[in-house]
Amino acid sequence: MTELSYRDALNLALKEEMDRDPEIMILGEEVAFYQGTYKVTRGLYAQYGENRVKDTPISEEMIVGAAIGAAMSGLRPIAEIMTINFTLLAMDQIVNHAAKIHYMFGGQVKIPLVIRTPQGAGNQLGAQHSQHLEAYFFHCPGIRVVAPSSPADAKGLLKSAIRDDNPVLFIEDQNLYNTKGEVPYYDYIVPLGIANIVKTGDDITIISYSKSIQDCLKAAKILENYDINAEIIDLRCLNPLDTTSIFQSVKKTGLAIIVNEAWKTGSVASEISSLITENCFEYLEAPVLRICAQDVPMPYNKVLEKASLPDIETIVDSVLDMLKIEKTKKT
Amino acid sequence: MSKINNFLEEQELIELYKKMVLIRKFEEKCSQMYLRGSISGFTHLYIGEEAIAVGTVSALFDKDYIVSAYRDHGHALAKGSSSSKVMAELFGKSTGLCQGFGGSMHLFDAKKRFMGGYAIVGGGIPIAVGIGMSINYKDEDLVCVCFFGDGAVNEGAFHEGLNLAKLWNLPVLFVCENNYYGMGTSVNRASSVEKIYKRACSYDIPSLAINGMDVIEVRRTVDSTVKKIRRGSGPHFIEMQTYRYRAHSMADPDRYRTPEEETIWKERDPIEHYARCLITEGIIDTYELSKINEYINNEINEAVKFAENSPEPSIDLLHEYVYAE
Ligand SMILES: Cc1ncc(C[n+]2csc(CCOP(=O)(O)OP(=O)(O)O)c2C)c(N)n1
Ligand SMILES: [Mg+2]
Repeated sequence: MTELSYRDALNLALKEEMDRDPEIMILGEEVAFYQGTYKVTRGLYAQYGENRVKDTPISEEMIVGAAIGAAMSGLRPIAEIMTINFTLLAMDQIVNHAAKIHYMFGGQVKIPLVIRTPQGAGNQLGAQHSQHLEAYFFHCPGIRVVAPSSPADAKGLLKSAIRDDNPVLFIEDQNLYNTKGEVPYYDYIVPLGIANIVKTGDDITIISYSKSIQDCLKAAKILENYDINAEIIDLRCLNPLDTTSIFQSVKKTGLAIIVNEAWKTGSVASEISSLITENCFEYLEAPVLRICAQDVPMPYNKVLEKASLPDIETIVDSVLDMLKIEKTKKT
Repeated sequence: MSKINNFLEEQELIELYKKMVLIRKFEEKCSQMYLRGSISGFTHLYIGEEAIAVGTVSALFDKDYIVSAYRDHGHALAKGSSSSKVMAELFGKSTGLCQGFGGSMHLFDAKKRFMGGYAIVGGGIPIAVGIGMSINYKDEDLVCVCFFGDGAVNEGAFHEGLNLAKLWNLPVLFVCENNYYGMGTSVNRASSVEKIYKRACSYDIPSLAINGMDVIEVRRTVDSTVKKIRRGSGPHFIEMQTYRYRAHSMADPDRYRTPEEETIWKERDPIEHYARCLITEGIIDTYELSKINEYINNEINEAVKFAENSPEPSIDLLHEYVYAE
């Protein structure tokens, strides 16, 4: 084990995989010369050269399309899209092409492609640069969606994503890049589709992923003051989705809330809520609750921005509300 | 530097100077305010490129439209937006151009026909084409100027936009602000064709490259081009060569350019050069120049005061503008 930042854990995973498999190459805007917009690809250009680490023009649709073509013809490309907001310019290649090719050609060709992209809000970047778009991809069959919350998971899941033979949208949280944690230094793999129970408890199940996990953990600490013992599930991977872990936990606690920073309508939280209702209805003591961002484009102003995002307090208040417990100064 | 006498009225010549200084000082103040924490988000400064916005917009009617990207403060100020309201927007205040909803990358001023700053590279180009379509539809004698960077010409939207503008003969002036870098990537590492104005040739759009550090050359070229467009000659393309003195944004460590390169460009500073011309040609003297500078310092300080003293937007407005009533 070594202590690494989320950023460096990703960097290490890239290096280890590139050392292992010469067919892995990286392309994207500012990934080589500039060392990556968020410095995830730092040092790779120097180490692996311009054939394996390629700067592209500002052409997102081309980046993903070219990566698909490369994947169809024997390479294992990793495309970096600078932020998830710009994946919208590549949506045609992602949804109409990457997600379809294996199926529509009767399984003849595989697309071992990873699209790495960060998302995150809370930095006053405004409406066009603060979106959480995982649900757009989660909605689409044919593409895996991964969203790690810790440095260890970042490393282990990226390695799995690279080895997977499907297109994988690998969503990094731009607010987590500097967070540190213990990371196994050996060839550490976290398989796709297995959730992580980050805290066990009997009273309520809190399901989340990505940066919100930290908020959930802090909220759970506060809830302990009210003798509420929450179980927290970090999904880590949205597709494949570990429904087994979700259902097991909800059947135990009888209560579920789902937290995500994306818009509420049509969110990952909405889908999980439906799944729980369909599969655990007789175990539920209260309706499943979704704690999400307000359905508004992100305002620039910091007060409004904060008001639009879920936070620790919203989680605590919702749980207390659900359990009909009055809020005291215990927080 | 172009000869300036016999070209414009003295007052107009001085106005060009004032506007450039306004933008320069505004941006310098922004940088300070950003470092002080009053301005947040991504903030892209226009320092070094002032002659483009000022020269171009000075050749337009008030009713002409302009479309910008995220490096948009200079465009808004050139089009006549109040420096106080722009500053207040950067502070996220309710008195800002967009009531604090937009921020640095998303200015908009409907009254001035400043049709917005967009943070998606190339995103404004199809929008400008649509404004051109609307002008033709209504049979107006107007143009829409679309500003974008050298990096934007590599996006699909650029190519789709230019093609349609030509196909439908739309009154759009495409102004490529070529500052030789898109973030850390230089033009020769991003564009198969290094001379960017040649990109327009594949759409049969008349195009040329000019010195974007010379406000008079910009003004002259845009003047004559816009006249042609108003007479129905369809879209035109001007590459304006310039340099951004500062990093890509306030968050960029700026490690990809050499000091030598920066010095070469700074020697051609659009404001200093123009000031020297105005003096040499006897249009203004140093005392008057210093008066202008003083006047503008005051204006900028007022803008900051206005922004500081303005209220935050009310939380009740969070959902207000999601849909039009
Ligand atoms: C679609 C899209 N891709 C990438 C970015 C990130 N980005 C913002 S500005 C920029 C460089 C643009 O350079 P250029 O067009 O030359 O304009 P300049 O910043 O030099 O004015 C990049 C890559 C973005 N905002 N939108
Ligand atoms: Mg540029």
